Amino acid sequence: MSTHETRAPARTPAPPRDTVRTVVRSVGEVFMTLGVLLLLMCVYQLWWTNVESAQAITASRDEIVKSWHQPLPTPSPTTSASASSSSTGTAAPTATRAPASPAYGTGFALLYIPRLRDKVWGLPIHQGTSKDVLAQGAGHYKETQMPGEVGNFAIAAHRSTHDEPFANFPDLQAGDKVYVQTRTTWFVYTLTKDDPNLSPTDVWVVEPVPGHPGTTPSQKLLTMTTCTPRYGSTGRWAWWGVLSSTIPTTSPAPDGLTGTA
Amino acid sequence: MYAWMWRKLPGPWPVKALEALVAFAAVVLLLFTVVFPWLEPRLPFNDVTVDETPAATATPTP
Repeated sequence: MSTHETRAPARTPAPPRDTVRTVVRSVGEVFMTLGVLLLLMCVYQLWWTNVESAQAITASRDEIVKSWHQPLPTPSPTTSASASSSSTGTAAPTATRAPASPAYGTGFALLYIPRLRDKVWGLPIHQGTSKDVLAQGAGHYKETQMPGEVGNFAIAAHRSTHDEPFANFPDLQAGDKVYVQTRTTWFVYTLTKDDPNLSPTDVWVVEPVPGHPGTTPSQKLLTMTTCTPRYGSTGRWAWWGVLSSTIPTTSPAPDGLTGTA
Repeated sequence: MYAWMWRKLPGPWPVKALEALVAFAAVVLLLFTVVFPWLEPRLPFNDVTVDETPAATATPTP
């Protein structure tokens, strides 16, 4: 600083161009920026996805319940209905989607698990298990059976982030009831066994007869999968159940279910 | 980098501070609405399903 020469004009001298200092400072700034980005990513994952998914789950549940209150040959929900009585004036397509597999991403059932009541109480089940589907609730392995069918009704849901419906998955116990509500029926499953040490490639767990490919199924099973450890993806945890009763939705809600929609 | 940005911001320092805050908020908004939602499915977190071959890990290496 003290080395500027006397013959320089009386203007403020330009700061010395210390390239080393500039480089060191720039590298430090880049690292600090990356650190902030990583922290923001954590905030997004651990907080914001929960906020977004909670809203999506509520909206999807409302949509499913609303669709159940409409007559079965539903024209596509273009909101232009509401023509009150005798609304089916236009030639509605005879698309009965009750027993058949719903379109990918369509919500077709609500899940109630008393043991996980704080999160899994009217949780929408959509067709498919891609991440955008799982951000709105539980997802149904599309190649597996539908609720109540002989075979395996297999679903998956998040245990961390995206409203973490299965956050308390390890609390489940054999004998716990799992209620699947569809348009017409309450399907009541009773949990039988679990396996917390599965690999992500253990696709046998969702087979019609888990672990016995090619065997003709005779039971009506339920399979639920999620990740383990929590906040990780190295393993999978599965619970199996078997159908114990079916109750029409026109009847009162089954025992153990109070305060449902 | 940040010193350069600070010099480029117009106005006296309280105005600069406000502008910096707005710029940071804009960056966060962009991250949360565009970048992170795009990035998240590509990261190996939060997979809850069983799949045949996630990212070709099941294929034996020659």
